[in-house]
Amino acid sequence: MTITPSATTGGTATALVDPAEMPPPAAARGPWRWARENLFYSLWSTAVTVAGVALFATVAPRLAGWAVFDAVWAGETRNACAAGGGGACWPFIKVRLGTLLFGFYPEGERWRVALAFLLVALLLLPGLPQGARARRLLRLAGAPSAALGGWLLGGAVPAAAAGLLIAAATAVPWANRQAAARFRPAARWLAAAGLPLLAAVVGGAVFGAREVLLLGLGAVAPAVGVAASGLLRAPRAAALWLTATAGPVLGYALMVGDAFGLPLVETHKWGGLFLTLVIAAVGIAASLPLGILLALGRRSRLPVIRMLSTAFIETIRGVPMITVLFMASVMLPIFLPSGITVDKLLRALIGVSLFAAAYMAEVVRGGLQAIPDGQYEAAKALGLGYWRSTRLVILPQALTLVVPAIVNTYLGLLKDTTLVAVIGLLDLIGTISTATADPAWLGFATEGYVFVGVVFWLLCYGMARYGRYLERALAAPGR
Amino acid sequence: MRPAVVRWFYDRRLRDIAAQVLTLAVVLGVAAIFITNAAENLRRAGIASGFGFLDRPAGFSIAFKLIDFTPQDTYGRAFLVGLLNTLFVASIGIALSTLLGFLIGISRLSRNWLLSRGAALFIGTVRNLPLLLQLLFWYIAVLTPLPKPRDAISLFGIAFLSNRGLVIPRLQFGDGSGTFFAVVAAATVAAIGLATYGRRYRLRTGSSLPTGALGLGVVALAAAGSAALLRPAIGWDVPLLQGFNFAGGVRVPPELVALILALTLYASAFIAETVRAGILAVPRGQIEAAHAIGLSNRATLRFVVIPQALRVIIPPLTSQHLNLLKNSSLAVVIGFPDLVAVFSGTTLNQTGQAIEVIAITMAVYLAISLAMSLGMSAWNRAVTPPAR
Repeated sequence: MTITPSATTGGTATALVDPAEMPPPAAARGPWRWARENLFYSLWSTAVTVAGVALFATVAPRLAGWAVFDAVWAGETRNACAAGGGGACWPFIKVRLGTLLFGFYPEGERWRVALAFLLVALLLLPGLPQGARARRLLRLAGAPSAALGGWLLGGAVPAAAAGLLIAAATAVPWANRQAAARFRPAARWLAAAGLPLLAAVVGGAVFGAREVLLLGLGAVAPAVGVAASGLLRAPRAAALWLTATAGPVLGYALMVGDAFGLPLVETHKWGGLFLTLVIAAVGIAASLPLGILLALGRRSRLPVIRMLSTAFIETIRGVPMITVLFMASVMLPIFLPSGITVDKLLRALIGVSLFAAAYMAEVVRGGLQAIPDGQYEAAKALGLGYWRSTRLVILPQALTLVVPAIVNTYLGLLKDTTLVAVIGLLDLIGTISTATADPAWLGFATEGYVFVGVVFWLLCYGMARYGRYLERALAAPGR
Repeated sequence: MRPAVVRWFYDRRLRDIAAQVLTLAVVLGVAAIFITNAAENLRRAGIASGFGFLDRPAGFSIAFKLIDFTPQDTYGRAFLVGLLNTLFVASIGIALSTLLGFLIGISRLSRNWLLSRGAALFIGTVRNLPLLLQLLFWYIAVLTPLPKPRDAISLFGIAFLSNRGLVIPRLQFGDGSGTFFAVVAAATVAAIGLATYGRRYRLRTGSSLPTGALGLGVVALAAAGSAALLRPAIGWDVPLLQGFNFAGGVRVPPELVALILALTLYASAFIAETVRAGILAVPRGQIEAAHAIGLSNRATLRFVVIPQALRVIIPPLTSQHLNLLKNSSLAVVIGFPDLVAVFSGTTLNQTGQAIEVIAITMAVYLAISLAMSLGMSAWNRAVTPPAR
C-alpha cells in the first residue's frame, strides 16, 4: 500500500505525484544503468569488461573474416581457393558433401538412405513439440527446408517429394481429427491391422521370402500391436510404437537392400553423418530397455541377478569406451565359432549399446530410488505383481523423474559414437579425416573440423532443447 | 487343493530359486560356449594363451616415455611405460581442468554480464562437441600447421610453440641443491607451525591472524632467496634455438600438447557446471545469516559458502576426474603412447593375445577408477561438514 502525500495531508489541493509512480532519474534508467550495474559496478568488473571487449574486438572480426567475408564459396577445385584472401575454403566441404553425409554408399543408391531417414522422421513427427508456436514453425519451415535438403541431395524430384511429404505430415493431425469424427473405431482398427496385412500378403506373393520376412516384421507386427493395445486412441503413443517396431525394419530394408529389387549395399560402404546417426539411433533405442532391465536387476531381491547386474554395470562404467569397442571388435570374433563372422558395424553397435546401457542403468536406478515405498506398497495392495506394478506404476514415474539425465546420457552417447572411428568405421569424423588426408585437398583440415563441429553442435543442441521440452511436457501436473 | 505342480509354480521361494538358477545357467552356458570357441580359435591361430608374452622382448620403440625403454625391453615394461604415460597425462589434466573449471564455473556466476556470458559460451560450445573432434582439431588443424622451430611462436621469450611441439624452461638442480631443499623444508615446517598457531589463536580469541598468507610468503621467500644465492647450481634452463631445433628446456611433443589441451578444456567445461550447481545449491539464507552475524564477504565465502558448496561439488567432481582418466585413452587416435595405444594397440597387434591384453587393460582402468573413487570419498568425508 502506498500512501500518497495528498492522502496524508487529508486531501488538500496540492496534487503531488505519487513517488512510486514517478519515473526514476535519468541516471538510473536505460542502457546506462544496465551497463553500470552489470558491467562497470566495480574497478575489477570494469577491468574485466574492458579486457573482454578488447578480446572480442580482436577475435570476432578475424573469425567472421575467415568464415564468411574472406572465405571462398564458389568453385570445384582447390585452385579456386589458391587465389582466396586467406579465408576458409568452403568448396572443399561442397565437393566432399556427398561423402560426408553418406560415406561410400553408392551414389545412385543414396536416395534410399535419405528416404529411410525421412520416413523415420515422419514417424517421429507426432513426438515433436505440440505447442501452437512449434506447429506454426514446423508448417512454415518444414516443407521448404525439406525441399532444400532434397535439392542438395539429388535434384528436383527428391526436392518435390520431400516437400510434399513434409507438407502432408503437417496435415496429419488434421486428418486424424477428420477420421476420428467420421469413422467408427472398429473401422479404423480394421484399417490399421488389415492394410499392412494385405500389403504383407501381396508383397510376399510378388516378391521372395526375404521380402515376406521384412514385410511381416515391419508391417504386420507393428499394426497388430497398434490394434491390440488400443493405441489407436493415442496417436502419439501409436506413432512411437510404430517408430520403434516398423522404423528399424524399414530402415534396414531400405539401407541394406537385397530386397524389393534394391541392390545390396554392404555396411562397409556406409559412412559419414548417416552412419553416425544410425549408430546413435541404435544405441538410443537399445540402451534404454537394456538399461531399465539392468537397473531393475541391480535392485532385485534375488542375489544372483543383483550381483550379475552390478558387476556388469560397474565394469563397463569403470573402463574407457575405447576398450569396450576394442573388446567388441577384437574379442567377439574369438568367442564365436570359426566360420561365423559378425559384421564390423554390428560389432560396433553391440559395443556402443552395451556401454550406453550401463550408464543408462545408473540413471534409471536413480529414478527408481526416488519413488517412495508407498507407491510399491499401493501397487501391491491393488494386487499387481512385480512386473505389472513395475510397468504400470513404478517405471512411468521413475522415468519421468530422470528425463533430463536420460537426455544427458543420450547426448554423451551421440558424442561417443565418434569413437567408432578408432576401430576403423568411417563415421562423420572418419570421413573428414580421410577427406583432409586427400592429396588433392591438403591443408584444409580446419574447414573440415569446423564443419563437423557445427553439425555436432546443432545435433547436440537440438537434442538438449528437445529434452528440456520433454521434461516440461512430461512433468506430472500438480507436483 | 490345486495340483502340486501348480502350487510349485506359484511358490515364491521356488520361483526365486528357479529364476536365479536359470539366469546363472544361461550366463555360465554362454561363457562356456565362448571359452570353448576361444580355445579352439586360438589353437587354430597358433596363439598360446597365458601371460608368458609379458616377458618376451617387445621389439618396438616408444616415442614418449618417463622411464627408459628400448626395443629389447619386454612387453611387460612396455605396459609399464604406457601406464605411467596414462597416469602422467591424467594427473596433469585433472589438476589443470579442476583449476580452469572452478575459474569458469565462478565466472559463470559473476555479476559481470560479459564474463558470465563468455563463460556460458565456452561451456555451451565445448560440452556440445565430441572430445575426439576437439582432440583432432587441436592436433591436426592447430598444432600440425604451426611453423618450423626456426619461426616458432615465442611465448614471452621463454617458451616456444612450433610444429615439433612446445618447449618450456626447465628448473635445474646442480651440485649444492641439497641446501636449497633443506631451506625450503625448514620454511615449510615453520609455515605449518605458524598456521597451527594462527588457528589456535583464532579459536581462543575469535579474531584471526593472517598466518596462512604469512606462511606461504615465508616459503616463497625462502625458496627464491636460497635459489638466488645458489645461483649457478639452481636455475632455469631456457630453450634456445640452435640450428633447426631447440636445445635445452623440456620438450613437450605436439601429441601431448594436443591431448592435455583437449582433455583439460573438455573436462573444465563439465567441472564448471558442477561448480556452478554446487555454489547455487548453498541456500541464500546462509549467506544472509553470515552477513548478519558480521562476517565479511571473504569470511562468508571461506567459512560458509565453500564448505557447503564442496559437499555438493565433490561427488560429481570425482566422476569428472574419472571421466578424464578414461578419456585420456583417446591418445591412441593421435599416436600418443598411452596405455591403450602401447598395450591394446601395438602389443595386441604384435602378439595377438587379444583376451589377455584387453583384460589387463580393463583391469588397470577398473582398479584406478576404484582406487580414485575410494580415495575421493574418504576425502569427501573428511572435508564436508556433518550433514544436518
